[in-house]
Amino acid sequence: MSTVFIAFQANEDSRPIVEAILADNPAAVLDEQPAMVKINAEGKLVIRRESIEERVGRPFNLQELQVNLITISGHLDEDDDTFTLAWKN
Amino acid sequence: MDMTVAKKKLGLKEKYKLLTRDLGWEPTYHNKDEVFPYVKYEGIKVHDWEKWEDPFRLTMDAYWKYQAEKERKFYAIIDAHAQNNGHLNITDARYLSALKIFLQAISPGEYCAGKGFARMGREFPGVGTQVACQMQAIDEIRHAQTQIHALSNYNKFYNGFHAFADARDRMWYCTLPRSFFDDAMSAGPFEFMIAIGFSFEYVLTNLLFVPFMSGAAYNGDMATVTFGFSAQSDEARHMTLGLECIKFMLEQDPDNLPIVQNWIDKWFWRGFRLLGVVGTMMDYMLPKRVMSWREAFEIYGIENGGALFKDLARYGIRPPKGWDDAGKALDHMTHQFMLALYQYQFGTAFHSWIPSEEDMAWLSKKYPTTFDKYYRPRWEHIKKLKEAGTPYANMGLAKLCQTCQIPTVFTEPDDPTTLCHREVEYKGETYHFCSDGCQHIFEKEPEKYIQGWLPLAAIFQAPLNGDLGAWMEWVSLADGKDNGDFAGSEDQRNFEAWRNQATSNQ
Repeated sequence: MSTVFIAFQANEDSRPIVEAILADNPAAVLDEQPAMVKINAEGKLVIRRESIEERVGRPFNLQELQVNLITISGHLDEDDDTFTLAWKN
Repeated sequence: MDMTVAKKKLGLKEKYKLLTRDLGWEPTYHNKDEVFPYVKYEGIKVHDWEKWEDPFRLTMDAYWKYQAEKERKFYAIIDAHAQNNGHLNITDARYLSALKIFLQAISPGEYCAGKGFARMGREFPGVGTQVACQMQAIDEIRHAQTQIHALSNYNKFYNGFHAFADARDRMWYCTLPRSFFDDAMSAGPFEFMIAIGFSFEYVLTNLLFVPFMSGAAYNGDMATVTFGFSAQSDEARHMTLGLECIKFMLEQDPDNLPIVQNWIDKWFWRGFRLLGVVGTMMDYMLPKRVMSWREAFEIYGIENGGALFKDLARYGIRPPKGWDDAGKALDHMTHQFMLALYQYQFGTAFHSWIPSEEDMAWLSKKYPTTFDKYYRPRWEHIKKLKEAGTPYANMGLAKLCQTCQIPTVFTEPDDPTTLCHREVEYKGETYHFCSDGCQHIFEKEPEKYIQGWLPLAAIFQAPLNGDLGAWMEWVSLADGKDNGDFAGSEDQRNFEAWRNQATSNQ
């Protein structure tokens, strides 16, 4: 299975998002680089709105991810509750 | 009194449908072929435009909201950078060369991409596609603007930034990206999407904006990190658009496969050549380096590109034709490019230099099979010549590749000691190429590439007639300021003097 990834600017907005991703995706591997944080995972990575809301303590719109997003890899599927990256083949 | 009841919000998918798809209408007094005249001539067959999905499902209202937030963040940092003498916080003034190349060679490309997407938003019949292209057109203009604004702070203090638009048009190393974008903008709408969406966005921008910008952070350059990451936050959307376009074409009709494959072959190779510039900036021009170009290419080119081709194999797509040659060039390309830049340094609007002992130790660690064997001896020879007071300059003019327009400075894929050079006769004229990849691209569309404008040829034409000084004026190069070796340059002296002032009261 190929690796999917997502990277964010390293800042306080991204911290709870990264925490939520790592908690929800046991296969996710954190890769911290200067000014950015990258999360790699085999095959699939799911970002859940609820997990982020628990951490930021307010309603969170998954489209807010775009403000600090640096890059992604894999096919994206986004709805109100989840933002999923996957390589199906 | 009315009770305030929270209105039920539209779901993302529902909102996207209402604010995007429902904007489309059927033309009544012209037929569709007249309204969209360029969508069929490339041979791509489309049966149902409704199948085009934007997985981000971004609608215009949300787009403006998030883009405005990105802009506010960006300009707050740019102000702080200017107000706090941010230019003195960079690790070393050598780093400025990477910024100069960026401004001369890359930022104008962003502007071209903006023009291209504005056109594609008009030419594609699908509404989902039109909206995504419109957003990307605005993004690309924003990238060009933010890059120019961020780097204008450096222009107040250093040489080589002042005439980036002239450099873009006329400088020999800028023709590599310029010809890439000219080629894409003069292609049909589907090919443009492969050129920019797949080659430039998916493969290139990851290398350009991710490890390079992380490198900028390492080098204390707050302004560049900021425009880089701000731009890259849009690139995730752009890559997705490119990927969706490839999938869409392949799913619409099996006849599209050979056309798409041919474009993937072409644009992979064009993109790989363009990477020569980025790779050289990463390996040689960042005083502090996060990773080598080779390491970055392994992650973002081989692994990430490989994942895409594995995924597309279900449609019959194979890895691009030049994939193996690219693999063979990985350990050589940036060294050959830097040597080329150094030997023509009288004609570059940035400084180059002989790598220090420490830099060479790093390069041999990162390129263990090639650097000590092929490139260190050349740098040491060049260093000896310089110490003897006879610095090496190549005053000859290399043959230029008719496709990628770069001088033929790269070697044979299987022999790093022989320059690679190919020739094709077409209608009584001889055309030169740097590689099999560029030759094949020419042979498929010779009528397009014989029209290429190679600005370096102007040096031998009237009114320049071989006069180097007149050529410098023509490319807006200030001799003795913008060009030459970093050692002894005005930029080096000024940076040192100003930094010393900033840390003392003398």
